[in-house]
Amino acid sequence: MSWDWQVFCEDTMERTPVAGCLGKDGAVTYLDWLLSAWGWTLSVALLALLLALALGLAIGTLRTLPDRPWIVRLGNAWVELFRNIPLLVQIFLWYHVVPALFPALKAVPGFVLVVLALGFFTSARIAEQVRSGIQALPRGQRHAGMALGFSTAQTYRYVLLPMALRIIIPPLTSETMNIFKNSSVAFAVSVAELTMFAMQAQEETSRGIEVYLAVTGLYIVSAFAINRLMAFIERRTRVPGFIAAGPAGGH
Amino acid sequence: MNLQLDFSFYSGDLIRNFVLKGLSFSLMLTIVATIGGVLFGTLLALMRLSGRKWLDLPAAIYVNGMRSIPLVMVILWFFLLVPAVIGRPIGAELSAVITFVAFEAAYFSEIMRAGIQSIPRGQVFAGQALGMTYGQNMRLVVLPQALRNMLPVLLTQTIILFQDTSLVYAIGAYDMLKGFEVAGKNYGRPIEAYLAAAVVYFILCYALSWAVKRLHQRIAVIR
Repeated sequence: MSWDWQVFCEDTMERTPVAGCLGKDGAVTYLDWLLSAWGWTLSVALLALLLALALGLAIGTLRTLPDRPWIVRLGNAWVELFRNIPLLVQIFLWYHVVPALFPALKAVPGFVLVVLALGFFTSARIAEQVRSGIQALPRGQRHAGMALGFSTAQTYRYVLLPMALRIIIPPLTSETMNIFKNSSVAFAVSVAELTMFAMQAQEETSRGIEVYLAVTGLYIVSAFAINRLMAFIERRTRVPGFIAAGPAGGH
Repeated sequence: MNLQLDFSFYSGDLIRNFVLKGLSFSLMLTIVATIGGVLFGTLLALMRLSGRKWLDLPAAIYVNGMRSIPLVMVILWFFLLVPAVIGRPIGAELSAVITFVAFEAAYFSEIMRAGIQSIPRGQVFAGQALGMTYGQNMRLVVLPQALRNMLPVLLTQTIILFQDTSLVYAIGAYDMLKGFEVAGKNYGRPIEAYLAAAVVYFILCYALSWAVKRLHQRIAVIR
């Protein structure tokens, strides 16, 4: 079996090679399609990440509030709900069931619904990490805030969250990489992202291996870029002498 | 909210023919992938901890490679490559089983590696002092303790694995989600079918994770 990378230079309609590989004047080559699919993957993942971070931070914090058992229970219920249903099923719920329940959402494009699904799904995991990050802090930190006369909100804003958020950067890194991988599930509701491209281009061109290699490569590049970016953020935000730096040593 | 939900089409026959058919495949896939994944994963973990570069490097590439690719892509890869390698087409179900064993081995190997590293060095030395070979030491001293330490994490990974089996949707294998979907299409009630699927997945996964939590507390008390 021989390689045929030329397939990426083909026009998706005419199936003839295009000079320079990138289509001009409305023509679309497989390379164009691949790049736009990468763009969709990045957009889905990054928007869902923003949503997940905002929700996860809020809910994770609420779950640690003192003397608010009902808010804590509600937060716990949120986490259990979104953690115990497979992502694909959640995407189907957002895509098929939610618009049927709320007709106002019928006009919303599938892309937005997938971002909501992936964002809510990941928010539960981030909420769990935020909670354990806050609870990992010595109790004296909270007491110190109280002793300084801080309100609960001030204690969180100035004492607990700045430390907790630094602690959870490593698990947050893997969650960010997960969100890129999980965005692949959007294929199921026909969002034109990388996995969707892989399935369709494979079918049209029968050059499955080349198509899959390119898509897999882009996923790995994306994951690696996120990994480096998060390592950079971790270095920049480190409090000297407070959190053990670098990877844990082996035996 | 102006929707009339109607679950009356869920008869015993329908549940047997669609849901249980799919559920039995989902469960079989979960169990086979857990057992196979733990076996291969342990092997990979031992390779990575062997201290020999020619064993460590391929295992590290395999594990990190698998862990940086989305599961859906791995499912598609195997569905494309396995028939090409063995020279004849295979069904989506068999392809899914092979994929999940290979994919989960990477995740289980990281769990087993942490488990093996959690065993104090003195245990290994004690085994060596008793004249045990490497194989005996692993089988009789290290792995039983590592497995026990890691049991809650292994079971949690199994719950995630059970959820991930729904992704065989990508190659059209007949799992529980597919069963609900086909039933919903046949009876013209897709919305109720997806809702019911979500409820069943939730009940199963919630019950399992509750059980794992209980087990974790028990093990923690004994030690």
